Amino acid sequence: MQKRTPLRISWLDLFLRAFQFVTAVVILIGLYNTFTAARYTSNQWATLVFAGLAQGSIYALIALGYTLVYGILLMINFAHGEVYMAGALSTVFLANYFARSGFLAESPFIAIVLMILFSAAISTVVALLLERIAYRPLRNAPRLIPLITAIGASFALQYTFRGFYGSEFRSYPTVEALRGIWNIFGFEVPIVQPVVFLSAVVLMLALYWYVERTKAGKAMRAVSENKDVARLMGIDIDKVIVTTFALGGALAGAAGVFNGLFRPQGVFFLMGFFPGIKAFTAAVLGGIGNIPGAMFGGLLLGLIESLGPNIILEGLGIPGTNQLKDGIAFTVLVLILIFRPQGIFGERLSETKA
Amino acid sequence: MQKFQFKSIVRHGLLGSVIALYFSVIGMVEAFGSRDLFGEYLNLGHLLLFGGIIWSGFAVTTGRRKAGWLTNLVSATLAGAVAGVLPLLLVLANRQIELREVFVNVNPNLMSILTFERADTAGLLLLLGVSAAGGLLGGLYNILHARIRKAIGMSVTVTLLMAIFADLVIQVLSNVASRETTKLFYVGDSMKPAVAVVLFAALAALFYARQTLADKRATEGTVSTETKKAQLRTRIFQFVGFGIVLLIAPWVLGSFLSQVLFEIGRFVLLGLGLNIVVGYAGLLDLGYVAFFAFGAYTMGVLTTTGPLNPAPGLFNFWTALPIVVLVGVFFGVILGFPVLRMRGDYLAIVTLGFGEIIRILALSDWLAPIMGGAQGVLKIPNPVLFGVEFNSPERMYYLVLFGSLLAAFISIRLRDSRLGRQWMAMREDEDVAEAMGINLVQTKLLAFAIGAGFSALGGAIFAARLVNIFPHSFNLLISINALSLIIVGGLGSIPGVIVGAFVLVGLPELLREFTEYRLLMYGILLIVMMLNRPEGFIPAEIFKRELRAGEENPAPAKAEA
Repeated sequence: MQKRTPLRISWLDLFLRAFQFVTAVVILIGLYNTFTAARYTSNQWATLVFAGLAQGSIYALIALGYTLVYGILLMINFAHGEVYMAGALSTVFLANYFARSGFLAESPFIAIVLMILFSAAISTVVALLLERIAYRPLRNAPRLIPLITAIGASFALQYTFRGFYGSEFRSYPTVEALRGIWNIFGFEVPIVQPVVFLSAVVLMLALYWYVERTKAGKAMRAVSENKDVARLMGIDIDKVIVTTFALGGALAGAAGVFNGLFRPQGVFFLMGFFPGIKAFTAAVLGGIGNIPGAMFGGLLLGLIESLGPNIILEGLGIPGTNQLKDGIAFTVLVLILIFRPQGIFGERLSETKA
Repeated sequence: MQKFQFKSIVRHGLLGSVIALYFSVIGMVEAFGSRDLFGEYLNLGHLLLFGGIIWSGFAVTTGRRKAGWLTNLVSATLAGAVAGVLPLLLVLANRQIELREVFVNVNPNLMSILTFERADTAGLLLLLGVSAAGGLLGGLYNILHARIRKAIGMSVTVTLLMAIFADLVIQVLSNVASRETTKLFYVGDSMKPAVAVVLFAALAALFYARQTLADKRATEGTVSTETKKAQLRTRIFQFVGFGIVLLIAPWVLGSFLSQVLFEIGRFVLLGLGLNIVVGYAGLLDLGYVAFFAFGAYTMGVLTTTGPLNPAPGLFNFWTALPIVVLVGVFFGVILGFPVLRMRGDYLAIVTLGFGEIIRILALSDWLAPIMGGAQGVLKIPNPVLFGVEFNSPERMYYLVLFGSLLAAFISIRLRDSRLGRQWMAMREDEDVAEAMGINLVQTKLLAFAIGAGFSALGGAIFAARLVNIFPHSFNLLISINALSLIIVGGLGSIPGVIVGAFVLVGLPELLREFTEYRLLMYGILLIVMMLNRPEGFIPAEIFKRELRAGEENPAPAKAEA
């Protein structure tokens, strides 16, 4: 579809251009209306921005799992949202145990680190089981088949965990040390938001260091470049793939704990679906297969989701904008895949891969 | 001493053990335990619990005929005993700490099932003993002579099915004969043990005789040579018979089972539409429910007697139906347009996004004046044809039957048409197809549009049946359901869609204990199918060739494709 004779303008291109134009106009009108109406104070905007960044860093951590696996296997691990759920849901019991025993109040830092480690361990185990049972046997199958398996695995995991822990919501305990309010640049921000954001950034930097600076990371990059050549260089492909799934799982598990600390709504067995899709959106937004892209995409998506309803939809005069919040991520996903499937940073995704 | 392969015994035993433990901890054993199969001797929970254990006995002896029967039986027993270990540890652990606080389904009820209602050590020993016996059973089955094994396997399966689907059998029996006859065979919904034994023996004898006859005929080399005419005649007979069964089904089955048939029919309709998009054209569409929702909402809004109707009284079901299908086709094209350039996984996720966006919009206050928001569309009248109102499941069944037959007919004709071949060419390789002169834009859009039309038709019938529709009826699960059933049946295969709908939609309706674990089973089924039989139960010819190409004769398959 790329090279057509210049005389024939494809209807498809015309349609897509028109669609692109209309989308841009609609967004601009929304922005214009909101800013001229000056409906919110700068303090309110700041609240939204910080909440968006914290939420976005959680998306970024999950998105890294999609991107890592995609970089190596060129497949979308559709069940990755469930890996995140597994860690978050299992750790709630540990967290509540810590809270009951007073350990969480005494030394919150150690307790939270332990929780993160526990959650990461559970998520890693689930990710590895997934790889071993559902994906490894299908490595050379036609592309549709592992995708369908992943959908199946997603449901199997959701309802397995419902079978384990029941279907009710369970909340993480509130951590006293994270309850206060910080003053950042003159804006009042709940402590938990910058803490989640900074911890996530630390984890992301650690991952970046691992992939770019260690020998194992080098092997990963080599495999993602070319599997056959990497094998010839003596790299154990299976081991690299297992490491990749483990890393993605561990990050998702950590994200699960952050989510528990950050959002009081509680966790339950279906909690992985929306964050999974949104993190995938984030990965695509930054350019799938690209590690800094996933981090950036996650933060950006968090911001869009947090600001979007107020900044664009309200400007267009749509009522009940918060109901449409989940729709925003999907709209971003659809738009980015239509107009720039390689994402913001991605160059690598050619049409053969898409 | 190579007689016993201890490694294999432990491995298979532990695998069976993990399966047994898994089903226990997620609560399936307990949930199914409330359902007695043969009086109080066996319930569905036992079957689930010991299924994995029997399997380990079976697996450990597979392919080891040379080792001798005694060795095999002992290995199987050992494997069974090993398989009992994890459930045993679960019971022991639960006596020390209250596991229930975390694992909600590890409750006293499960414990009493696992230990056969004995709280002391005897219960534990019994669990281990029964596990070993289960393993022995699996091994025993495996070392039998092939002919006997087949007969026993078949008759056990049939007897179990008769017990598991007791509801169905009872319903049919009491509609055909009388309520009293069913009491001869069943108490409540469990089969009388004596009846089970007699049934099993009779079936075993029957299957054995049939097998012997078939073997004899095979050795004599007299293959029945039917003429083409005779084959055609049997085909026609089968066809007519099938048609009669379809027509009289609701009156034999009664109201509840007609409702089940209606559900199956609805998903056959959806599956046939999705089959065109996924099976023929190879476009994995996870937002298929969107078109179903469009159909239901269009039908609802146009015919409702409530305040949402823009033109009250103008449309009835039949006049609205063409509009509904056109709306479906229109949105098929509209949503198809942006995704024309995507392939595989990306297409799947974007269409999933579309489906969710539609649901979120239907639920929102923004579109509430048109689509009713969270309240949904109420008071949709039932269709009326020649003064007969389609107000009962039995009558709605005919509507959905007609819709499905129409869809099946169109699917078959399309498959064998030029367009169908274009779809399949596109599915195999888009670039090559385009090089061959296929207009990809048109071909893809037609696939989306026709699939959406079927789905909208299904939605319209659904709305007319339910009377009230709500946004939450149109969630991702419908797409997943439809996708699972066409995959389990066989992508691109029309009989596959029907079988898939019966297995995935019909069976769970009949097994009430199953409802809670339905999606779990779907998930596991999808994985197992993809790992072992990606072409489905009733594969389409072309897929069989494609997927099995590498295994048997790669060269000719490649030439054909």
